[in-house]
Amino acid sequence: MQSHILSIILFTPLLGALILLFVPKENKAAIRWIANLFALGGFLISLPLVPMFWAQRFEPGFKFMEGAANNWIPSIGAGYVLGIDGISFLLIMLTTLLGWVSILSSWTAIEERVKEYYVWFLVLQTGMLGVFMALDFFLFFVFWEAMLVPMYLLIGIWGGPRKLYAAIKFFLYTLLGSVLMLLGILFLYFHHHTVTGVFTFNIPALYTTAPQIPFHSAIWLFLAFFIGFAIKVPMFPFHTWLPDAHVEAPTAGSVILAGVLLKMGTYGFVRFSLPFFPGVLMNSRVRWSMLMLSVIAIIYGALVSLMQKDMKKLVAYSSVSHLGFCTLGIFALTPLGLSGSVLQQFNHGISTGALFLIVGILYERRHTREIAEYGGISNVMPVYATVTMIMFLSSMGLPLLNGFVGEFTILQGTFIEKEMGGHSGLFWTAWAVPGVVLAAAYLLWLYQRVFFGTVTNPKNEKLHDLTPRELLTFVPLIIMAFWVGLYPKPFFQILEQPVNQLVQTIHDNAKPNAAVNAQVVPQPVPVAPAPAAATKPKGKRE
Amino acid sequence: MHFADTANETFFFLSRIWLIPLLPAIGAAIMFFFGRRMQKAAVSAVCVGVIVLAFIFAVGSVWEYPSWAKANPGHTGYERVLYTWLGSDTGHLTYLTHGGTTAEFKADVGFYLDPLSAIWLLFVTGVGMLIHIYSVGYMAHEGGYYRFFGYMNLFMFSMLTLVLANNYALMFVGWEGVGLCSYLLIGFYFHRKSATDAANKAFIVNRVGDAGFLLGMFALVWYLGSFRFIDINAAARSGHFAIGDPILTAAALLLFVGACGKSAQIPLYVWLPDAMEGPTPVSALIHAATMVTAGVYMVARSNAIFVLAPTAMKTVAIIGALTAVVAASIGLVQNDIKRVLAYSTVSQLGYMFLALGVGAFAAGVFHVFTHAFFKALLFLGAGSVIHAVSGEQDLRNMGDLRRRIPTTFKTMFIATLAIAGIPPLAGFFSKDEILWQAWRSANGSFPYLWLIGFGTALMTAFYMARLIFLTFYGQPRMSHEVEHHIHESPKSMTGPLVVLAIGSVCAGWLGVPASLGGSNSFEKFLAPVFEHGAEVAAAEPSAPAGGEEHRGLEWSLMVLSVGAAVVGGGWAYRHYANAGKDYPEPIAVKAPPLYTALYNKWFVDEAYDYAFTGRRKLGDIRLGAMGAGEASSWFDAKVIDGTVNGAGWSTRAVATLSTWWDTWIIDGLCVNGPAVLARMISYPARLFEWGLVQWYALVMTAGLVGLGFYYVWK
Repeated sequence: MQSHILSIILFTPLLGALILLFVPKENKAAIRWIANLFALGGFLISLPLVPMFWAQRFEPGFKFMEGAANNWIPSIGAGYVLGIDGISFLLIMLTTLLGWVSILSSWTAIEERVKEYYVWFLVLQTGMLGVFMALDFFLFFVFWEAMLVPMYLLIGIWGGPRKLYAAIKFFLYTLLGSVLMLLGILFLYFHHHTVTGVFTFNIPALYTTAPQIPFHSAIWLFLAFFIGFAIKVPMFPFHTWLPDAHVEAPTAGSVILAGVLLKMGTYGFVRFSLPFFPGVLMNSRVRWSMLMLSVIAIIYGALVSLMQKDMKKLVAYSSVSHLGFCTLGIFALTPLGLSGSVLQQFNHGISTGALFLIVGILYERRHTREIAEYGGISNVMPVYATVTMIMFLSSMGLPLLNGFVGEFTILQGTFIEKEMGGHSGLFWTAWAVPGVVLAAAYLLWLYQRVFFGTVTNPKNEKLHDLTPRELLTFVPLIIMAFWVGLYPKPFFQILEQPVNQLVQTIHDNAKPNAAVNAQVVPQPVPVAPAPAAATKPKGKRE
Repeated sequence: MHFADTANETFFFLSRIWLIPLLPAIGAAIMFFFGRRMQKAAVSAVCVGVIVLAFIFAVGSVWEYPSWAKANPGHTGYERVLYTWLGSDTGHLTYLTHGGTTAEFKADVGFYLDPLSAIWLLFVTGVGMLIHIYSVGYMAHEGGYYRFFGYMNLFMFSMLTLVLANNYALMFVGWEGVGLCSYLLIGFYFHRKSATDAANKAFIVNRVGDAGFLLGMFALVWYLGSFRFIDINAAARSGHFAIGDPILTAAALLLFVGACGKSAQIPLYVWLPDAMEGPTPVSALIHAATMVTAGVYMVARSNAIFVLAPTAMKTVAIIGALTAVVAASIGLVQNDIKRVLAYSTVSQLGYMFLALGVGAFAAGVFHVFTHAFFKALLFLGAGSVIHAVSGEQDLRNMGDLRRRIPTTFKTMFIATLAIAGIPPLAGFFSKDEILWQAWRSANGSFPYLWLIGFGTALMTAFYMARLIFLTFYGQPRMSHEVEHHIHESPKSMTGPLVVLAIGSVCAGWLGVPASLGGSNSFEKFLAPVFEHGAEVAAAEPSAPAGGEEHRGLEWSLMVLSVGAAVVGGGWAYRHYANAGKDYPEPIAVKAPPLYTALYNKWFVDEAYDYAFTGRRKLGDIRLGAMGAGEASSWFDAKVIDGTVNGAGWSTRAVATLSTWWDTWIIDGLCVNGPAVLARMISYPARLFEWGLVQWYALVMTAGLVGLGFYYVWK
């Protein structure tokens, strides 16, 4: 018997979008209420998943599987297959929570074309959830592309002065990555057919064949996927679309962009790059490059952040630095590094989502994000100043708040690996740690310039403090920040099984390939479960 | 712990040890949620109340500890675990240690009481309680009363977590927590730019140290397979590791970087003097008595690691001695009463590290203990002075206060004698123990370090006596209006001063050395913690026995250092006892360049601003973090984004070119060209096929007329 909870969670926002289509666009109040209802509903409906998942957190494999391989378009082998493990579970919960928070935060910020805004936002929500749930590459790619369009429109229509530039840059840049990824997917698809004689986009099926692709092809596949995901993360040097997109996007768009969309990249690494190409990952040069790009992102993102004059840009660059920690944890390829990384992805969604809300609140009042325009804000907005301090501390990784647990686990998980890309764990950790110092520097300096001192700019004298609705958007984020900081054990338990399994398969699968690489002799492709017709000539289409 | 279950029944306080940090946390939480709406009296009741309760529980726990230890032989300390904090607690989230064994990633919220943490626990809660009481009077007229006490309670929570943690990760929680509270309290007067600058500086410099702490902790966890002190100490003492083990040495040095940050040692001491921007009780509690000793605590806690790393030990000793003398030298000429005390604190912390570095852990801890009393007293006394002279902090504008604020004067005088090392006050015993250990340390003797310590003692006596004479003796140098308002502080402030003065006199008697007929019970109490240090020392061939034959030497060194104290004090008396307006500074008179260097703190802040922060430009070039930030921003905008935009631009350029090519060459020349050509060629032909009937008629008529003429004229 199949449970349909994933489908229900997935399509609730889309249902909301459909209903909104029938509401007259002049009736803004009704539109707002309906959108908020569906956003909150989408979050509440995902809550039953928590106890259900908790009960089977230690069981191996994907859970709540729906559909079957190739049931959607049998002729090409595409299926409507959903399923989650601990990694996607956390990201799904993050998505439903942030979806609600950001729609709630848009209440007064969006006054023009209200109906389209909420419709696209809800469509985006379904797209993101689909990416985390899909276990079929065709379905995955549909969702992956589907969420690109609403985000493009959110930036392009409701954005700031340079919105068109930012929107087009965002769209084209990520599309470039998607196209390369599509090529990679097709290669895997045809390779699977070559080996097994079956055409399928089913991801668990591809897990069995992809690791056996010899190194000289696998490296190119890895690169294709890498560029697709690295742009999304974004990893240095593919990151420059991010500050523009963030600065121009409306607040809620930034929250979702930083909170969820960036996680698509890291999720892609964890879900696809790691299990598909273990041999490539274990290659010393590849690993060195991945780790080097991660530590560069950590330090470089923080340094650029330090010198920004625009608050939102500062937060955007801080994301580059924080995501550097996430990729560092991933490519450390240890259970600790991976669980720290996934936890940090969750934390980054909470903290940076809150930081964008914080910037948005000042922007809505003053319509500027220039740091120099502010000063002494804690005199006029004390509650806001307190909330900001808590979220800044969470973002800079203060113990007992969420950021620390993730970063700490990542760094410890990196340190324990004796040899990575020709260097010790100490080497990589030592390069990453200055990022922690710089994080304190850019955030505290920002706080000093905006909140401390006396109000010098007369325009700031009469700013009103947080409204109850605004405060409500922060409450769940603050609760989560303290929860992860004080009692992260449940999160570690949720992640334990998938990360252990992942690292185990990487190490198991890397070995035969390593042998192939060493000899540089093409060996007969090892035959996976279905041995029939391994060398059918018509499969050789790649 | 498994054995704790039976103990819970009989040891009331010990089994509730987790309440000690939790109580202040509750106080802070109440201030966070309700403080804004609470009366000042209610705020004081809650915030002082929780600290008094914590103190009671602390005393109770330490009281019960010896009988617990007797009932549970074979344990190094009492451990109580609340829950697993980091890790999944299933045994399956594991990692490979350096040795190739599998270890679980696991750090608990667990508390650990042994003699070492007991000492910190007692003076942190005790001095903390006194300072909370003092603050009720001191902060009575200040805004943000609830905010102040909320931060103070949060600080107590963090400090007690640091001290009671049973593993490095939880210790780090307290470690960063005290840093945060220090930041919040230094920046308490957030309207002042200097205050928030100092707050940022404190946090960021501390973070540099914390980075070292983190790396050191990672190394230990990887190498020894656990976060717990008990496991790590057991592993380090198992004999599997040789003295001088490179990884342990690296770990020890990295941990010491952390200690340098928190305990203000060279090169990370620069934040502490600036931290005096905070309210004075904060300086007393955080930046003198408790938080800054966290580094000493951490090194002492890791003594099992440090004794295996002689290089690290030597580094600790040298850095400690250097810090002691450099800070004392700056203290000689400062005019801000709190800054003199701040440099004095840095200098005394240097002494403590000197002791740790030469392997005299107990002596270092002893100095922490006695220092907590007299330095807290000095700061609170300074606060009382500042209170009396309407907020003035400049020694040049004080003088002749001894009869007007007598309690403050008497107590501060006692503290000065104590810090200068006059017997039989507290500082004498602890400081002389350190100097003696530096001379004849079991871990190798460093007479030159003794010499540095001796010089520091001389300077200490001088600057402290200078402070007392300029404040309380000589002629009144304040304005008449200020003079008119001078008054002794309220009881809530002088009460703690008296209690601390008693402590400053008596605390040293716990550790009277054998050479003076004492039993050094302090050292004996701590002995189980540092046991291994003694064993290693015994194995060292050069270890001299501390027996009768050295007694003469020990006595002469004592006489020398007491002499130094008297001489230093005497010099100060000669120059400052009758200071009137515009009194001369002796160093400025005799060696002006030296005075400038000292007065400007050896220009270290300026150098750091050039080299590390980049707040100052070296000519046109900005170095340091801000320089790197500017360079990265330029690189980001021009090179990386330039490439992206360049790609976009060239795509558009190619598109424009293609459009042009398409319009003019392909479509124009190749497609439309032949058509135009055909049209041009066909133009004459078209004349015949014009399609205009009249034209045809005209041509026809013309033809006919032509033909007619032809035939007519032919």
